[in-house]
Amino acid sequence: MTAAHRPSTSTPNRYQYVRHSMPVRVMHWVNVLALLMLLMSGLQIFNAHPALYWGKSSYTGRRPVLQMYSRQTADGRDIGVTEVFGRTFHTTGVFGLSEDSGGGLTERGFPSWITVPSNQWLAMGRRWHFVFEWVFVMNGLLYVAYGLWSRHLVNDLAPTRQDWRSIGRSVLDHLRFRHPSGEAAKRYNVLQKITYLGVIFGLLPFMILMGFALSPRLDSLWPGWVDLFGGRQSARTLHFLTALLIVLFTLIHVFEVIVSGLWNNLRSMITGRYEVADAQKQ
Amino acid sequence: MHRSNSRRGFIAGFLFTACAAVIAGCDRISRSSWAPKLLRGGELANRGVQRALTSKTALAQEFSESDLSPEFRSNGTSDPEDDDYQRSAAAGFADWTLRVDGLVETVTELSLRELRSMRSRTQITRHDCVEGWSAIGKWTGVPLSEVLLRARPRPAARYVVFHCADPMDENGTRYYESIDLDEANHPQTILAYELNGKALPVANGAPLRVRIERQLGYKMAKYIMRIELVEEFKQIGGGKGGYWEDQGYEWYAGI
Repeated sequence: MTAAHRPSTSTPNRYQYVRHSMPVRVMHWVNVLALLMLLMSGLQIFNAHPALYWGKSSYTGRRPVLQMYSRQTADGRDIGVTEVFGRTFHTTGVFGLSEDSGGGLTERGFPSWITVPSNQWLAMGRRWHFVFEWVFVMNGLLYVAYGLWSRHLVNDLAPTRQDWRSIGRSVLDHLRFRHPSGEAAKRYNVLQKITYLGVIFGLLPFMILMGFALSPRLDSLWPGWVDLFGGRQSARTLHFLTALLIVLFTLIHVFEVIVSGLWNNLRSMITGRYEVADAQKQ
Repeated sequence: MHRSNSRRGFIAGFLFTACAAVIAGCDRISRSSWAPKLLRGGELANRGVQRALTSKTALAQEFSESDLSPEFRSNGTSDPEDDDYQRSAAAGFADWTLRVDGLVETVTELSLRELRSMRSRTQITRHDCVEGWSAIGKWTGVPLSEVLLRARPRPAARYVVFHCADPMDENGTRYYESIDLDEANHPQTILAYELNGKALPVANGAPLRVRIERQLGYKMAKYIMRIELVEEFKQIGGGKGGYWEDQGYEWYAGI
């Protein structure tokens, strides 16, 4: 097998095929927009009370697991502080104390360049969050429905028996940034399949469930169900943590997209066309 | 190496610019006159789904004594800057009465003693603030439904409005809130006069605050002076059904 990065001395037979169907492409980008807006409006909502707790309430006698605030030093300077599991870090300019969109330093959890709206405005942040929450949920339901109907989930994402056997090699390939080429590049590798399925059927639904847990009305569905996750404040922490995991997934996803051929991958998610080298040439 | 650095720089720069553009766009949309109305769609969908999934009378979770927060946090007004209120508080609210009027058959006035002599309910519940924090407290009070029974709402009445003593700005705008009759008649909707077994402290809304256990904290008006039954709340305050609603928060605060 040739490495994708090897300079092609003799241009092999390259051809393009439709890698992603139109509905998947549209839903992918709708999801990108929805998750971005949910993240940024979510951080705005977090900023209204920039602390996370473990338990049924915020006031249990225990310290928050995470909090961001601003305080004055002995020499009278304002600094931003982030406290994680009791350890404090000075994070002036980013967390706890940063510039608002007018340029003045204000006490705030996340900085204004990553929240929607930029300045502190909880009511508006909630509106954005609740609109894109529905864009995200509807898009996700449509995706699963389409994925089942078109067999995309079964054919492209469900790992085969052979996939499970190749898991060790796939781990090594990823660690060496080696990517399949030719016919093999037309299929998702096993780590990719597991990750995508984990995100689609694990992280994202869990995110929605922890959102449900934050609703006092939905808590009454079966009083006490929220305690299965440690209580409402734990659910809020898990909602936040899941957002971090989705960000982490996105960073790795974008990294892999870049190292395995940025333009080819990007084109395949826009026009659908993905270029591979003919297998015969290998 | 240099090339990959500049490419990384390009990508980071691109992402940062994209982020800034998205936020600037969202800021403009947020301040427009049309967007807030459009953005209300999410709230309406949330309300519909929450009501479809849970029954009108489903109970909020109740907790045990061991879950009580050491001190129940006071938020918003903690001591109303109002002369009449201060005088009444100094006298232990002996002269205070709750007036129930509007679309009722019998305009009713109830003293604190009368309220305490009515059927009471004690519940340990979690208070969820729109800001994100929660606190657990033990509340004792009279079910709002009992008070409504005395005043007998007229058939046209659809909402219960709570008029409060605390001024919210220099113009003297006072806190107010409203709920519908389903929420008013919910078994856990009580007019609380005790917190954690003691008379309700001023910081938490003395002499009387309402508990609406399946909605967020700002619905649970403190320092209640008057309860009014109305057909609609357009004509009250900013017309959105509550002080915070007038500032852009949701009327139905189920999440």
